[in-house]
Amino acid sequence: MSNDAYLAAYPALAERLPGQDLAWLQQFRQSGLQAFADHGFPTLRDEEWRYTNLTALSKTQFAPTALQTAADDLLAEYRVADAALLVLVNGHFVPALSDLADLPAGVTVLSLAQALQQQAAKVADYLGKAVAETEHSLVAFNNAWFTDGLWLEVAAKQVLSKPLQILHLVTESTALAATRQLVVVNQQAEAEIIETFVGSVDSYFTACVNECFVEQNAGLTWYKLQAEASKAQHFGGTYAKQARDSRFSHHNFAFGSLLARSDIHSDLDIASECSLNGLYLAAQRQHIDNHTRINHLKPHGVSREFYKGVLDQKARAVFQGRVVVAEDAQKTDSEMNNRNLLLSSDAEIDTKPQLEIYADDVKCSHGVTVGQLEEKSLFYLQSRGIDEEAARHVLTFAFANEMVDKVENASLKALLLKQLLERFPGIAF
Amino acid sequence: MLKITNLHASVGDKPILKGLTLDIAPGEVHAIMGPNGAGKSTLSHVLSGKAGYTVTEGSVIYNGKDLLEMDPEIRAREGVFLAFQYPVEIPGVSNIYLLKAALNAMRKHKGLPEVDAMDFLTLVKDKVKLLQMDEKFLYRAVNEGFSGGEKKRNEILQAAVLEPNLCILDETDSGLDIDALRIVSEGVNSLRAANRSFLMITHYQRLLDYIKPDVVHVLADGRIVKSGGPELALALEEKGYSWVEGQA
Repeated sequence: MSNDAYLAAYPALAERLPGQDLAWLQQFRQSGLQAFADHGFPTLRDEEWRYTNLTALSKTQFAPTALQTAADDLLAEYRVADAALLVLVNGHFVPALSDLADLPAGVTVLSLAQALQQQAAKVADYLGKAVAETEHSLVAFNNAWFTDGLWLEVAAKQVLSKPLQILHLVTESTALAATRQLVVVNQQAEAEIIETFVGSVDSYFTACVNECFVEQNAGLTWYKLQAEASKAQHFGGTYAKQARDSRFSHHNFAFGSLLARSDIHSDLDIASECSLNGLYLAAQRQHIDNHTRINHLKPHGVSREFYKGVLDQKARAVFQGRVVVAEDAQKTDSEMNNRNLLLSSDAEIDTKPQLEIYADDVKCSHGVTVGQLEEKSLFYLQSRGIDEEAARHVLTFAFANEMVDKVENASLKALLLKQLLERFPGIAF
Repeated sequence: MLKITNLHASVGDKPILKGLTLDIAPGEVHAIMGPNGAGKSTLSHVLSGKAGYTVTEGSVIYNGKDLLEMDPEIRAREGVFLAFQYPVEIPGVSNIYLLKAALNAMRKHKGLPEVDAMDFLTLVKDKVKLLQMDEKFLYRAVNEGFSGGEKKRNEILQAAVLEPNLCILDETDSGLDIDALRIVSEGVNSLRAANRSFLMITHYQRLLDYIKPDVVHVLADGRIVKSGGPELALALEEKGYSWVEGQA
């Protein structure tokens, strides 16, 4: 099995994809298909992928499945209270499982298939505008293969009264869930999105691309909780374009899957602010790769990035944090930090902060630490009667919880806390 | 309570304690004084079970049991408390969490149920008052960003909540100004009880102005070279350690 199998299966799939009558979309998909045919999935030879081996994607042919409407316990477990719920099952939006009844005022929600029927010209204005197929071949793959997705638009000056939760669920073994989300937050509007990935079967492939457009003086807060099943392959990219004076804040919780790669990229216009937080927890043979890129294109931008990771057993993680300050982006203020806790001598972290600065009047800093639990802290807790294993769990939990603490949404925070405590049992926080 | 007999301990190949013998009865307060490098901190570490020390000879019997056989957390649950010379900062773990987890670990060891949440709060707030601390300290991360005095007070707060049988105070006076020293000492004095013993390790005599010991020992080159009443501390202050080292 190789990438050829994907290409061979494509023509039959193409006939079922939405937007058949749209010539520009056909062209967009064909171009993606060609790029994928030329490059295949990214390999270790690609600089941005040199630590992440995707050969598993070629060994199994993951294929889109028909729409599923059966509810799953996971929907209840991962449902965040006080949020409008948008459910995608195996790559298709399922209104019956979603909760659109109390959608906050000021937001338009359509499945991407619907949007292509009802407002194709508008979709054409945004699709592929925050990320190009040349970014890498998984983006190209998504361009060709996406079966559905969401169109979310927040009208100008609307501050959404509650968050929107996008819950991706996969229920079929070896399914490919390829979705595209287009999120437009118009001028002076504010929105909060909670993106959740879960699966009720072991092995499947999520290939999700989100394009976000945060317009002038608008704000978008995006929480991602990747809690995919234990043998899942996950690719999720979120690419934002920030207009001047806009705010984009992304929180990336990567807990699940066998192999996960997240891209979080943002382009900043004048005086916009970008904050990227992340926490990755990996054990056994998990591999988690987070690739962030902050492009300061114009002056007076502010970016703050803070990623923490905990790796146990034979787990491996990659942190690539790239900050680019363009020649025109004077007075940029940027800080990046990556801290890692290695609980096992077999665990591995490849961390690569990259600052590329072409302007001369900027304030940029970065820092990376890789360490273990401190013996003196363990002994201190033991000397207070706490056994060694519990002491390790307490300290590890405390390290990770710093990122959960930054979550302002109380329901989501409780959900994350529960996930953390399941990983570090025996500590009654 | 505590019977140390001919204790020898090394760090790596280097012998630090060279035949230390000490007997503390219930309710007694013993002070151990000595020059730098005499083995004072090693003694507190060996008693609390810190890794990195090898006991090559001798025994430590605590309440009839072999203390050296126990893991550090078991020693703590059996009622041995070490107030650290340098209390450790633990980011992300609140004081109140640590107090509760520690208290419940002791209670479990004794076959008691977990402490009731309301009873616990009442207890802790009483002790906070005793140490003249702000209740806000309970919700701050353990020792993180605390001043030297606050850290030492926090150690005594933990002792007050955990109610140990043997309290080892390792250089509790170091880094304290006079006001902090007075408050910490008052806290310690309030813990004195007929069934609770103290082992105070200190370089200076001034702590003994506030906490009156029953017995003062001078530790030099890994052994107790002289023992006496509180007056011994005063003599040391006046004559210096060379006085006893000369006699050793």
